[in-house]
Amino acid sequence: MDVLKIATAGSVDDGKSTLIGRLLYDTKSLTSDKLEAIETKSRQLGYDYLDFSLATDGLVAEREQGITIDVAHIYFSTVNKSYIIADTPGHVEYTRNMVTGASTSQAAIVLIDARKGVIEQTNRHFFINNLLRIKTVIVAINKMDLVDFSEEKYNAIKSDFEALMSKRDYQNQNISFVPVSALKGDNVVNRSENTPWYDGETLLENLEGINNEDIYNVGTPRFPVQYVIRPKTEEFHDFRGYAGKVYGGELSVGDDVVVLPSQTKSKIKEIHFYDKKVETASRRSSVLITLEDDVNISRGDMIVKENDLPTVDKQFTATISWMDSQDLTAGKKYVVQHGVNKVLAKVDQIHHKINPDYSGIDEAVNALSMNDIATVSFKLNKPIFYDAFKSHRTNGSFILIDSQSNNTVGAGFIQ
Amino acid sequence: MMKNTASINPLENEAIYIFREVAAQFERPVLLFSGGKDSITLVRLAQKAFYPAKIPFPLMHIDTGHNFPETIEFRDRLVKELDLELIVRNVQDSINEGKVKEESGKYASRNVLQTTTLLDAIEEFKFDACIGGARRDEEKARAKERIFSVRDDFGQWDEKNQRPELFDMLNGQIELGQNVRVFPISNWTELDVWSYIQKEQIEIPSIYFAHTRATFLRDGLIWSADDAVVYREKDEEVEERVVRFRTVGDMSCTAAVLSGASDINTVVQEIRDSTISERGARIDDKRSEAAMEKRKQQGYF
Ligand SMILES: Nc1nc2c(ncn2[C@@H]2O[C@H](COP(=O)(O)OP(=O)(O)O)[C@@H](O)[C@H]2O)c(=O)[nH]1
Ligand SMILES: [Mg+2]
Repeated sequence: MDVLKIATAGSVDDGKSTLIGRLLYDTKSLTSDKLEAIETKSRQLGYDYLDFSLATDGLVAEREQGITIDVAHIYFSTVNKSYIIADTPGHVEYTRNMVTGASTSQAAIVLIDARKGVIEQTNRHFFINNLLRIKTVIVAINKMDLVDFSEEKYNAIKSDFEALMSKRDYQNQNISFVPVSALKGDNVVNRSENTPWYDGETLLENLEGINNEDIYNVGTPRFPVQYVIRPKTEEFHDFRGYAGKVYGGELSVGDDVVVLPSQTKSKIKEIHFYDKKVETASRRSSVLITLEDDVNISRGDMIVKENDLPTVDKQFTATISWMDSQDLTAGKKYVVQHGVNKVLAKVDQIHHKINPDYSGIDEAVNALSMNDIATVSFKLNKPIFYDAFKSHRTNGSFILIDSQSNNTVGAGFIQ
Repeated sequence: MMKNTASINPLENEAIYIFREVAAQFERPVLLFSGGKDSITLVRLAQKAFYPAKIPFPLMHIDTGHNFPETIEFRDRLVKELDLELIVRNVQDSINEGKVKEESGKYASRNVLQTTTLLDAIEEFKFDACIGGARRDEEKARAKERIFSVRDDFGQWDEKNQRPELFDMLNGQIELGQNVRVFPISNWTELDVWSYIQKEQIEIPSIYFAHTRATFLRDGLIWSADDAVVYREKDEEVEERVVRFRTVGDMSCTAAVLSGASDINTVVQEIRDSTISERGARIDDKRSEAAMEKRKQQGYF
């Protein structure tokens, strides 16, 4: 079955957690024991309604403060699809978690509080969805119950948002708008009688219509070698297979390939999936490949099709989302983890900070602090094999690791 | 005609990828094996990740001494058939050494005590990665868990300060003394696991299927009366019921469910129709609303 990963975005208190709880409730995905727990807790807190955010805010601190601190992953399914929803925090200081949630998602729901309309955080979240090239964005205009389900209000917010859309550089997004009340359930799963002026799809209908096949770019197979398998048993004495996941396009037995960085040419001899030999490895399948020739390959090397090479270089420029409390400055060294490949990198130059509000003002800065987004160039100690992020989501992205703290301190999208 | 292609199950492909990252990034990984369906599924996924080579790390069972005998039999047979290395460490030893104290009373369980035995074993073998079968859909604190989740020298989870995990990239860099808990089936639901067991025809212990068992009722849950480890009051009447277990943990905290599902197909159907979550039958989570989060902070699985 298809699995669709969705990230939520929106400012704090816009109703993200409530909306997810509502989706679970109305699709009958909340089991009776979980529902009971929500009922009990809602009563304890003195509410006269069910607080569905209690379904997702799983940490004690979150329930005490009534906010989402860290990404939670929530699961539900319909007869058509399995859904994984990342409930992300809305506070500005948790922007890094938003980027994280969005990085593994194929679609996003951006919430707007109907009373407040498009605010700075909406800009930021839409910008991040755009930066990460999320193909499908559903703008849920929430708390419609608090504005008397006003069509005028809805249209005004919609046109404010459309003004943002004209500024983005990734134009190829599918964007739709839904007026909802997460708390009361209007247009989430069930069509609302309070919005007779709205004849579009409900939120769930929107999600059901998303075609997963659209999402991963096709045609450019990249096979980063994760692990070399050499059983050294009698039966498989000379066996040497390359384990990894296929990204971008499919690979087949007989394909002419090049191994990077050695540039050695060879041909795919066999593709194994467990104890079966297959002809084709489809996109995102974890397989084991053998080659016709005896090539020296180790983890971090990449097998690609002969006529379809990535850029091989010891430097690149990227958009960085900085996630650490210690600043990034020119001259600092980090580990770049590009897929399964790791190299040492030095910050060559911070070109400019990007204001994620589409204001167009790009400041020159000397340092990046947490939650900043900027264009930065790096020099590497060894070449990596990359594509631009806009043409290859996987092979165009990387993370930065601080070798002192070992923490993941940033994410990058190669230009 | 369908092309002859590799698996298109995204969850299976993701899990295999994670296993291979563990083997590549760590020196001494171990697979925490409980004998339950999730860890049995992990073993199959590990086989797939490394075939035709053997699974390149041992299994470890933290034995509470209160396991269902069927689980232990099953464990030993599986290890033998697949020619795996199994390490067993006993909670009883931790009790004998005075490191932990046996709980007493009606709700006594060795579930919490396992943490100490586990952390000691991690130190003894210098494991740097412990692979577990926890799933995010099981429980709300687990929904917050990373796939590579760093534990400090004391085995503790700093839930408010987790490493961001982006795209497919797993950062396994740690300091000496730290370890990483790895959850390859993080994104699977209970139904995903059962459907996989069905499709792959994976063998599981018999207690997962309907059988007749001497039981008694407490707090609306059905408990096994067969064994001395489950405390029973005199007025708690024993009755034979047809039951099965949906999750298999320590006997003292795992309740049975009434069920006639006697094979994998009927079990999958039952899970599909179920309106109660699997943890609804685990008394350890009912101790308090934050029970799991607390245990995890202290180093639990
Ligand atoms: N009236 C009304 N209140 C809502 C609606 N959605 C959410 N809320 C309330 O808004 C507050 C914040 O919701 P929450 O889901 O925690 O927001 P989050 O911070 O975006 O996750 C809670 O008190 C909710 O009950 C809605 O559609 N209508
Ligand atoms: Mg929230």
